[in-house]
Formats: sequence, structure tokens, C-alpha cells
Amino acid sequence: MAGHATQQIDSSSLWGGKVSPFSTSYGKLMMWFFLVSDALTFGGLLIAYGYTRHDAQDAWPIGEETFNSMPFLGHGFPLLYVALMTFILIVSSVTMVLAVEAGHRMDKRGVVKWMIATIIGGFFFVGSQAWEWYHFIHGSEFGKVELADGSQAIVKGHFGEIENFKVTFAGKHHKKGDVITEDLMHQYQHAVVAGDIENGVITLHDGSKATINKKADAHFEMIIKKDGSKNKVGDKLKGDRACKQYYEVINSGVSNKVIYGANLKQNEYGPQQYAQFFFFITGFHGFHVFSGVMINIIICLGAVAGTYHKRGHYEMVEKTGLYWHFVDLVWVFVFTFFYLV
Amino acid sequence: MERDDIIEYSLDAHHSEEAGKAIRKKILNVTILLTLITALEVIVGAKWGRASTSGVTWQMIKYGYIVLTLIKAAYIVLVFMHLGDERKSMKYVILVPYILFILFLIFIALMEALAVGHAWATYGS
Repeated sequence: MAGHATQQIDSSSLWGGKVSPFSTSYGKLMMWFFLVSDALTFGGLLIAYGYTRHDAQDAWPIGEETFNSMPFLGHGFPLLYVALMTFILIVSSVTMVLAVEAGHRMDKRGVVKWMIATIIGGFFFVGSQAWEWYHFIHGSEFGKVELADGSQAIVKGHFGEIENFKVTFAGKHHKKGDVITEDLMHQYQHAVVAGDIENGVITLHDGSKATINKKADAHFEMIIKKDGSKNKVGDKLKGDRACKQYYEVINSGVSNKVIYGANLKQNEYGPQQYAQFFFFITGFHGFHVFSGVMINIIICLGAVAGTYHKRGHYEMVEKTGLYWHFVDLVWVFVFTFFYLV
Repeated sequence: MERDDIIEYSLDAHHSEEAGKAIRKKILNVTILLTLITALEVIVGAKWGRASTSGVTWQMIKYGYIVLTLIKAAYIVLVFMHLGDERKSMKYVILVPYILFILFLIFIALMEALAVGHAWATYGS
């Protein structure tokens, strides 16, 4: 880049008044000051997360175990989706810097083209984050289970599909012999949490009882996350015996032994603060991305209208660019500390 | 009203077609680098993450991640945000107070957290 910033100007005339000692316009400098303060906010949040993690007594969730789903494809893809999100955000940062570069050549068409690409990338990222949250809140099909010895385990593997419930005892809405095929998973998980399943018989909302027809699970594996009297953190229980232990809990008729998904009261992935920090930090970042997309749209409209061309420079694009890159920069750290480490 | 006592620094950022070509090439190189680092991080995370490694190996991978993150951050700040092209005094005004404060906060918060965690493990419930 040419111009004042690379010119040799002796420091007495640089700091002697009448010029900007940084050779930067007021607006750009203020954007930098704002970004420093925002970076301190995010730094504070991430360090608070680190604090909680360092003083936690229970096993902290592991990224590649917690985030291993892909849209339409199911489970078994550790970190792949979040890698895609990261890549989308990096690419949209690149298109933004290309828009700034086009602005420096007073290439209006280029600015508009790359701004639109940036906006599309931003929307993709926000949408991906919504999917990620949805998945995080709903949780896995197996949930986290508290075993007979008091230990807690997460479960990996393929959940055998529930085919139907066959009513064996009539309730308010169902007659004996009815076969229920709708909303099975939701009713099943609800009954598991409430302790309404005993020996393969589920008690439904309306008081009717039904047998559960379910395909067998595959690749069943439990990973212990909290010590019990027999199992210790990190133990892996595999195969039929582990499966039997899991279904003993499901069929015990005791409530609150299984947790599905995460909310602000409980979560299946690990210590409660983990979910709080996940929601707050990725939510705060997602809000920044959303604001960034909105600002980009406004600036893009300004570029289309020719406001900046008439002004003789595209510095507004450069300033929004700074904000947009900052959002990408924060994500680089969130990605490392929530998903990798 | 036109003011002649204000220097329009915004105009200094303009560059020619040829300079633009060189800048775009640099952007492309940085893009490739950032993508490769991300891909490397994810492959390592999926194959040799915290679920499958422990002890010294995991410690090395963990600090490796942090170094890679700082490399990515440096490229974003210095190239994409053009801080590398600004005056040296501005670079320091932006970076030095921030880095000093954050390093101090990391140090004091994590030390405290370890002590609190230790206290809980020793005397807790």
C-alpha cells in the first residue's frame, strides 16, 4: 500500500500537530479502538471459560465426541461440520478483503460483487450456527446415562430405529391392539426421562401401555465421564454387556437417569457451565456475525447507489471490512477453545 | 464546504492495477495457508484428539493448536486487516496494551482456577 503510512516523515513533524501521527483517518482509527475493546470483551469471556474449565471437578466434554454430526448424514463425522463453518467464514473474510482491494482501485462493480459474496457467506455461517445449536440442544439419541454404580457415561454408536409402539393396555386415546407410528422418538425420550419404561413396556401420556418394537443398536460403546464405585472416568465399555447395562437403566422405571441434549438447567455433554458458556460465547459471536451481515448489506447498498464512488474513496468498505475480519478472528479462537482443545 | 487543513488519508489507500494484482496474489496465498492450517487442525482433532491421546502427546498437540491459532490470528490481523501496512506506532498502540492485558489476565485467572479446583478436590463436599 502506498501513501502516508509508508512515507518517511520525521517524528517531530509527525507528532507536531496538523497531521494524524498514525497517518490514518479518524474513522478507521475509531474502528480500531472499538475492535480493541470488543476483543477485550471476547478475551474476558474466553478466559472466564478457561477459568471454569480449570477448576472443574468433572471430566470436561471432548470436542470430537460432542460435535460429530453432519446435516442429512447423521453421526460419525467428528469436527467436520464445524470445520466447514470455519472454512465458510474464512472464505467470506477473503471475499471481504477482495472487496476492499477493488475499492482501492475504484472498481465499483468489483466492490459490489465481492460484498454480495461476503453477505452470502455470512448468512451461511449464521444458518450453520443455528443448526449447530439445534443439534446441541436436542442432543444425541442415547443421551447421557447414570449407571447402577453411580457412574455417568455418554454413549456412541448407531441407535436402532424405533419401528412402532404396540398398545397392550388401553388408555384415554389408544385402544388395545393399536399400533402407534408417529412421534415415537419424542415420546420414547420423554418416557425414559420420566421413568415410564419398565421391561420394554412404555406408559404413554394418556395412561395406555405399549410394547416398544425397536431395531438393535450397532457399534454400541459407553464412555465413562464421572466416577462411580466400579467405573472410572475414561473407561470404555463395549459390546453386549455394555448394551445390557444401558438398557437395564432405561427399563428400570426410575426417573431422571438419562439426560438428552443441553439447556440452561442440565446437559448431557458434561459440567453444566459448559453449556452456559457454549450458549453465551457462540451466541454472542453469532450475534456479531448477524450484525456484520446487516452492516455489510447497508454498505453494499451504498456501493450500489454510488455514494462512495462520488466520495472518491471506498473507505466505508474498508471500515466494515475491519469489523468483518474481526468476527472471523474471534471465531478462530472460539474454534480452538471450544472444539479442538 | 471544502476544508484544506484536513489531509484526506483515505485517498492514500488507492493503488494501481499492477499493485492490485500483487495484493490479490498475496490474499490468495494467505487463503490457502489458512485453509491448510484449519484442515490440519481438524484432521489432528479427529484422529489424535483428546479422546484418543493423553499425557505428554496431548499436551504437545494442545500447545500446537494454540500456536497454529496464533499464526492464523496474526495473518488475519496483519494481512486481511492491513495492520501490517500501518505505521509502526499504530501497530504498537493497538497490539501492545491488548497483549499485555490479556496475558496478565490469562495468567492470573488460570492460576486462581487451578488453586480453587485444588481446594475443591481437597476439602470439597
